[in-house]
Amino acid sequence: MSAGTNKIAVTVSDVVPVNEIVKRFRFVRSDGGSLPTFSGGAHTVVEMQDGEITRLNPYSLMSDPMDQSAYTISVRRDDEGRGGSLFMHQKVKPGDEMVVSYPVNLFALDLRARKNLMIAGGIGITPFLAQIKQLSAMNGRFELHYACRSSALASYADELTRDHPQNVQIYFDDAKQVIDLENLLDGQPLGTHIYVCGPKGMIDWVRGKAADLGWPREAIHYEEFLAPQSGKPFEVKLSVSNKIIKVGEHQSLLEAIEAAGVDAPYLCRGGACGQCETSVIGYDGKFLHRDHWLDDEEKASGEKIMPCVSRFEGKTLVLDR
Amino acid sequence: MSSFDFPESIKSRPRYGTLEPRAGKFHLIIADAEGAEAILGLARSDPSLMAKAHIIYFPLDTGDTFTGQLEALTPKQLYVGPSYSAAIPRLRRTLQDAHMGLQVYLTGTEGLMGQAMLEVTDAGIPHTAIQTEHRGSVARRMQCVHCKGVTEDVITDPFECSHCGLNLFVRDHYSRRLAAFQGVCVDAEDPSNVPEKVELYS
Amino acid sequence: MTIQFNDETFRDDYTFKNSQWAIDRFPFPFHEDSYMYSVNMEQHQGGPAGSVYEKRFDVDEHYVAEMKDRAMVLAEDPLRCQSLDHMTLAGWDLLELIMVSKSEDYPDLFELHRDGNNWHWINRPMGIEQKFSFMDETTLPYGPMEYITRQTQGDFAVLDQRDDNLWMDAGMVTTQADWSLDFDIGMNFFEWHAPVPKAHEMGIFVRALKFLLNIQQGAPARRLNWTMTVNPLLDTSPENYHKWGVQKTTLTSDNVGEKQFLRVELQTFFRLPRSNALVFPIRCYLIALEDVVSVPKWGRRLHRVLRDVPVELATYKGFIDNRPMIVDYLSEYDDGLPTSDGIWPDKDTEPPFQA
Repeated sequence: MSAGTNKIAVTVSDVVPVNEIVKRFRFVRSDGGSLPTFSGGAHTVVEMQDGEITRLNPYSLMSDPMDQSAYTISVRRDDEGRGGSLFMHQKVKPGDEMVVSYPVNLFALDLRARKNLMIAGGIGITPFLAQIKQLSAMNGRFELHYACRSSALASYADELTRDHPQNVQIYFDDAKQVIDLENLLDGQPLGTHIYVCGPKGMIDWVRGKAADLGWPREAIHYEEFLAPQSGKPFEVKLSVSNKIIKVGEHQSLLEAIEAAGVDAPYLCRGGACGQCETSVIGYDGKFLHRDHWLDDEEKASGEKIMPCVSRFEGKTLVLDR
Repeated sequence: MSSFDFPESIKSRPRYGTLEPRAGKFHLIIADAEGAEAILGLARSDPSLMAKAHIIYFPLDTGDTFTGQLEALTPKQLYVGPSYSAAIPRLRRTLQDAHMGLQVYLTGTEGLMGQAMLEVTDAGIPHTAIQTEHRGSVARRMQCVHCKGVTEDVITDPFECSHCGLNLFVRDHYSRRLAAFQGVCVDAEDPSNVPEKVELYS
Repeated sequence: MTIQFNDETFRDDYTFKNSQWAIDRFPFPFHEDSYMYSVNMEQHQGGPAGSVYEKRFDVDEHYVAEMKDRAMVLAEDPLRCQSLDHMTLAGWDLLELIMVSKSEDYPDLFELHRDGNNWHWINRPMGIEQKFSFMDETTLPYGPMEYITRQTQGDFAVLDQRDDNLWMDAGMVTTQADWSLDFDIGMNFFEWHAPVPKAHEMGIFVRALKFLLNIQQGAPARRLNWTMTVNPLLDTSPENYHKWGVQKTTLTSDNVGEKQFLRVELQTFFRLPRSNALVFPIRCYLIALEDVVSVPKWGRRLHRVLRDVPVELATYKGFIDNRPMIVDYLSEYDDGLPTSDGIWPDKDTEPPFQA
C-alpha cells in the first residue's frame, strides 16, 4: 500500500531562507482545516510538478506535532542532486498549491527511554526539532549533539541553544570541533536510547562506536534518506501491467513505474523501509543495488530489487508489477 | 554436564544459548547452582573478562561445590548469597549505578534467569541483549491464570496451585513480565477427572 | 439513527437475543465452504449501508448491555485492563479516535465539543457527560484508554511499534476468546500468537506483521476471525475458565440450536498518530446456531465448514468434543445445494432450504 493513497492538498504559506543552503517551507491545508497530528520523527512526502516530471521527495516534519495548523519542513539545496531540492528552492513560492502525504514515521522515539541521546549532522537536525518539542511537552529527557559545517550553516542552532541551554551542544567543523563520541557513549544511564540522523558516514561512525562499547542494537535508532542516484537509462518490462517502461537518467525506477500509471507500494522512498520490494521475474544484466533493505544474499540472488533507489544495467529486466 | 536439551516448542517459550564474552567495560553475571559451570566456561573463553566482572551467585543445593572455583577466577566482585529473592535489593542497587554498555550474563535455572532478566530489563537493558544459558534443574515457575499466584519449582504436569489449590496443566506459553509459564485448570470441563501426574519432559 | 438498546445478560440467565436486524447484518465470516487461515486483510473504509462494516466503530442493540457486562468483569478482575507506563500517549490517541469517530458517525448518540484542550463528551445511551482536559490524566476518572473503552464495544489491544515488531503493551480485554491480557501484556506479535496451531509454519504471522507494521494514519484495515462458544457468554477468559469450561458439557442435541453460538471477531487496525502505536480493536458478535440456519446459505455453508475443519483447529477453538453434535444439528439444514462465493446472506438470490 502506498503512503501516497493518503494525500493532503496544501498551500505554501511561507518560504524562508534559513541560510545559504537551507530554506524552510510552511504548508497549511488548502481547505482551511486542521492537518493530521503526528509523532516526532515523522516525514511527509512532498509531490512536486516540475514541468513534465513528477517528483516525490520525503522531508522530515520539523514543526511541533501538536500544531495542527501547519506543517514545516526544511530543505537543503543539493546542486549535484536530481533536481528535487533545486525545484523547492527555485520554483516554490508562497501561495503555491501542492500535495503532501499523511505523516509516516520510520524514526520514532522509544517512549520507554529514560533518556534520549540525539546526534545530528547538518540537515539531519530536522526530525529532532519535532521530537524535542514533543519531549519537552511530555517532560522527557533529551540531550542533543549537533555537528554543523560552520556557524553560518548551523540551521536552527541559535534557537536550540536559546531554548534548551542545558541540553544542546553544537560542534562547528570549521572550528575543528568534533563530537567526543567515545566519551559521550561511555557512562550513559541504563535506559538511554541513541538517535542519529545525518550523513551516512556519521551514522556508520556512531553505530560502529556504540557496538564497540557494548551498546545493544535495539537502543540505537537511525534515519538516513538516501536520495536516488542518477544513472544510465534502462528499459524494464512490467509483466503484470504488461507495459514496457524506460527509466530516465535522472528518474528512479519507482518514479518511472509511477509515471507509467502503475501503482507501486512505497513508504520512505529512500531504500530503508522495504515497502517497495519488487520481485524480479527475469533479467539479463547487472543490478545496481543502492538500498539498505535487502541483505547481501538477496542482492546477489537477482530475485529482488528496491525500485526507489536501485538501478539496472543490461539487456532486459522483467519485474512482477 | 548439567545443561538440558529443551524440546522444540512454541514461539513464546524462551530459548537459551551458550554464554559468550562480549565487548564492554563491565560485566554482570548472575547464576544459581550448576550455573557456576557456565561461568567457568565463560572464564575459559576469555580470562581477561573476569577482572571486569561482578558475579552474583546462589549455590542453593550445590553448597560449596563451585564457590572455591569461582573465587579462584578472581573476579572484580563476587557475592555468594543464600537465595535470589534475598539478593533483589542488592541487584537493584547495583543496576542503579550501571551504564549502557554493561554486558549481562544469566545462567542456571529458568526461574533464576527469568526473574533476574526482569530486573535488568526494568532497569533499561533490552531483553534481547541479555545472554542466557540454562544449567541445572528444569523445574518451572508457574503462574495460575485463575488466582494469579505463582507456584515455584513445578516438576510435574498437572500440578496443584500452591495458592488456590486448583489442578493446573502446564503450558509452554511464557511471560517475560511474570517470569513464569502459564498454568490452566485441567479439569474445568470434567471436574475431578485429573490426569496422572507425569514428570516434565518425560 | 435510532437504535433500540437491549436490556439483556451475557452470563447467569443469558437473556441475550439478536433481533432480526442483528441477524441480517451479522458478520458471517466464511466466504466459501471450507476454512483455512489466511492474512485476509482488507481496507476499513466503510461498507454497505447498515452493515457492521459501515462505521469506524459499529454500535448495535447490544451496546448498553455489553458495557454493563464489561463493568462487572472489571469490578471482579481489574487486571483485564492494563497499560504499561509508556502507553499513556497511545491511550489519548485512542480516546481521540473513538470520540471523534463516534460523534461523527452517530451524532444522535454521541457528541464531542472541543475548545482547544477543553473537551466536552456526551454519551447519551450510557447517560455519561464528561468535561476534561485532553492529555491531562488527572481530569478523567480513569486513564484515557480505560475511560473510553469502558464506553466502546469490543476488546482493545494497543500495540507499541518498535524494533520491526508489535508489542502488546496495553489493552482492555473482557470479551476475549480465551487469552489473558495479564499474561500476554509485554509480548511481541509472534509470542502472543505462539499457541495458535499450524499458522506459524504457514508463515501467516510473518506476512501479517509486515502488513500491520506498514498501516498508516487514515488508512485502517480489517479482517474477520471466528470461534465457537456455548451460551452467549462474553467473558470466556482463561481467568474464569475453571467456571465456564464446564458449560460445554451442557450441550445436548435438543438445545444445540439455542445454546451453541458462533462467535465472530471483527478485527480492525488503526495507526495512532501521536504515539505511532497501532490499536487493534476486536469486536465480538454472537449468534445462536438456530439463527444462523435461518439464512439458508449460511446454514449450508456452516455445516460444511465445521464438518471439515482440521482437528487441531477445532481443538484450539475449543469445540472438538461437541463437534459431532454440532455437525449433526447443522446437517439438517444442509440440503447439498451449491452456495455462492462471499459472506453475504444473499437471501434474494440463494435458493431457499429444500428439505
